[in-house]
Amino acid sequence: MSDDVAIVGIGMHPFGRHEGVSGMDQGAMAIRTACGDAGIEWKDLQFAFGGSVAAGNPDTMVSQMGLTGLQFINVVNGCATGGSALISAYNTIKSGAFDLGLAIGFDKHERGAFRVNTGKSGERDWYGGSGMALTTQFFGMKINRYMEDYGITQDSLARVSAKAFRNGSINENAWRRQALSEKEVLQSAMLSYPLTQYMFCSPGEGGVALILARADQAHKYTKKPIYLKSAVIRSRRYGSFEVLAPSLALDYADGPTVDASKAAFEAAGVGPEDIDVAQLQDTESGAEIMHMAENGFCEHGEQEEMLAKGETEITGRLPVNTDGGCLANGEPVGASGLRQVYENVLQLRGDAGKRQVPNDPKVAYTHVYGAPGISGVTILSA
Amino acid sequence: MAEVSINENVMDLTPDGPRLKGMRCKNCNNHVFPMQKGCPKCTSDDVEEVQLGTKGTLWAWTIQGFPPKAPPYLGETDPAKFKPYGVGYVELPGQLKVESRLTIADPTALKSGMEMELVGEKIGKDEEGNDLVTFAFAPV
Repeated sequence: MSDDVAIVGIGMHPFGRHEGVSGMDQGAMAIRTACGDAGIEWKDLQFAFGGSVAAGNPDTMVSQMGLTGLQFINVVNGCATGGSALISAYNTIKSGAFDLGLAIGFDKHERGAFRVNTGKSGERDWYGGSGMALTTQFFGMKINRYMEDYGITQDSLARVSAKAFRNGSINENAWRRQALSEKEVLQSAMLSYPLTQYMFCSPGEGGVALILARADQAHKYTKKPIYLKSAVIRSRRYGSFEVLAPSLALDYADGPTVDASKAAFEAAGVGPEDIDVAQLQDTESGAEIMHMAENGFCEHGEQEEMLAKGETEITGRLPVNTDGGCLANGEPVGASGLRQVYENVLQLRGDAGKRQVPNDPKVAYTHVYGAPGISGVTILSA
Repeated sequence: MAEVSINENVMDLTPDGPRLKGMRCKNCNNHVFPMQKGCPKCTSDDVEEVQLGTKGTLWAWTIQGFPPKAPPYLGETDPAKFKPYGVGYVELPGQLKVESRLTIADPTALKSGMEMELVGEKIGKDEEGNDLVTFAFAPV
């Protein structure tokens, strides 16, 4: 177990819709806040990794942040774009190349479901053209089958959404801040059976910045460093069931979440039973349910009872998505994985306010999943 | 006007209906749709194009309840005229599971394991006004 890398500063531009504010400006605001949190200036940063899928090349922000000559590398990696910026920064410090750097993620997407253009140049896009290539369909199909296999009910889907909006209602940075009842969730428009409108998150806008430092220097910047015990990204294996796949193999294999989770626990030297708070990818409410098991927090099917007992509430045995998750925050792809880490840093510092997990949480877990079949996990400790 | 395949690289339109073109790996017999140049199972590049089967069983399904964005969607996007459609994976024995539109969109009429067969479905028009036909699976 190593304590090589610490998070010493965090900053966030609220998620949601921000007319007239570019994605990059939201990222810049997050960086200024993070620098203030760490008590440093932009010129102190030795390197940066920046992630954005739809809001421009992050490195161009040096023209407004300051032309200091730092090493700035852009990363684009599907739904794990923000997580990839973080793992790159983590490895850079672990390698000894630099002592202090930045992971920044921001985005700004158009309204409605993600537009996925799958056409090759010179030929008609048969996949999107035929009405497939919607990420929402994958989530509908996966949870529909999962409910059949493991006895999960639609009431559980609604419970997850109601929890997300309840947590979002006490998060000043969340997009959806109005609590909704389970009945309201169930009665909203059916988008992709069995998932209704309020069971899905929406593409959105926002930015998150994290300042990372060598652990042995962390106290120069903060009274309460949070240590990054592991950061892992895995792509899919043959036989797994993934988003945007025109065909699947006859064989069935676990998805990249299972692989990333196992590797992250192993690298951190802890297990699921040690986790005090978890942020799990909830593109829709069924995803949170499936990801509880895929990340090792329960057996398949146990979620039904866990949710009925409120075990994943802020005051429960394993609080999940304490900031409202993607459901209440929306999903700006470049920033989404970093939002989860931001929330866990607040929780481990004891600074999460109304949504603070009780009993002084010590170990926290994040998980992202998305196109084209990629998963990223981090484990943090106080 | 004539009926034409939505994309001849992935689907032929024959007098007997659509036929999907997939990849078969000569090394490990793995199948992928559509055709690609390497096998994701064994990493061999010794692959050939084959016609996929036309009958199978439903493995997973959902119903598309809102109009997809155009582009890329070629079908009806006017919310007032849009009709929900099924989407699912159909397991073709000995080959693969293929993602497809389904001809029915009634959750009470869809069940994993049910027998399905390949049919053509008009989705839009090409530049010359021909009917573009894509593939769908219908209950047998």
